[in-house]
Amino acid sequence: MTDASLNASETGLGEYDAGFGDYFALLKPRVMSLVVFTAFVGLVAAPGGVHPVVGFAAILFIAVGGGASGALNMWWDADIDRVMKRTANRPIPAGRITESEAFAFGIALAGISVVMLGLAANLVAAGLLAFTIFFYVVVYSMWLKRWTPQNIVIGGAAGAFPPMIGWAVVTGGIAPESVLMFLLIFMWTPPHFWALALFMKSDYETAGVPMLTVTHGRKSTRKHILVYTVLLTPVALALGFTSIGGPIYLVVAVLLNLAFLKGAWDIWRRDETMAQADAYRTEKRVFALSLFYLFGHFLAILAQAMLAPYGFGGW
Amino acid sequence: MGLSREHDMHKRRFGRNLGLGLVLVGFVALIFGLTIAKVGQENFEIPNSEKIGSDE
Repeated sequence: MTDASLNASETGLGEYDAGFGDYFALLKPRVMSLVVFTAFVGLVAAPGGVHPVVGFAAILFIAVGGGASGALNMWWDADIDRVMKRTANRPIPAGRITESEAFAFGIALAGISVVMLGLAANLVAAGLLAFTIFFYVVVYSMWLKRWTPQNIVIGGAAGAFPPMIGWAVVTGGIAPESVLMFLLIFMWTPPHFWALALFMKSDYETAGVPMLTVTHGRKSTRKHILVYTVLLTPVALALGFTSIGGPIYLVVAVLLNLAFLKGAWDIWRRDETMAQADAYRTEKRVFALSLFYLFGHFLAILAQAMLAPYGFGGW
Repeated sequence: MGLSREHDMHKRRFGRNLGLGLVLVGFVALIFGLTIAKVGQENFEIPNSEKIGSDE
């Protein structure tokens, strides 16, 4: 028996032996970049401070925790990923990593990240990270995703926790500011995702995942985008009047919210005929704007925190 | 099927082992850095050791 045949008989994967990059891909690195950025802003904006090494370690373990969620999500959703073209090349459906390997990898990383964050920072931050992993894997992936078209609304909470965790790393607690940062991402996720769903040809239907565009139609999705964007605006502006807000943030927030509201209004006024006529130009523009919107708000919070020592801080 | 030393599988395994090795070295360096950072803090105290001593 050769090396390759031994490997094949053990894993059922044939000759392919997963490389380091395949395991890294399980961590959903693109999602992780958002986690790292927002957690970093939460950490920097929090009153007080931590040693740079502690801060770096905390961000790293938050990122690893987020990656663990991604790996466990890929383990649970392997059947869906095999059906959808967009995800068919992920490590599990492509046959490079087995489901049990992904599960073990995710569980191990989840445990390591939570314990290490608890040791490096504090138990509140570790508890929030553990809850985030639980929420993404159990509440979103296992429960909501295949059950309700509102999956993205509630499931979006998982992506909204990182700035709260960053804040808790420094303060050891939860504050109105950190809750508002959570709400900003939480309320932003639905319009961001639904704008994408409008122009992205996806095969969620084939995979049996109830998406709003399919269950309620595209007209209803357009209305949902507008409603959620209107609800998002006061949250974004309210942050400007807290201790982490200030004139810079408020100016940025007003401009970004006006642009986003205008975009949501434009989407609501259009129908499918108009959208198809210009290849979903408005929907694509609003999706791109939504990325800039979130980045801009957190960058403004970061700017307020960084400029505070030079007299350009908050109120 | 015979495997030559140049087989792709060996390259992938080497890459995986090297990656894991670097991650472990990085982890050790991080723990070392964390230890130095925590011990070096002004308010650092060895947990409860003196209190336990005074209680006895």
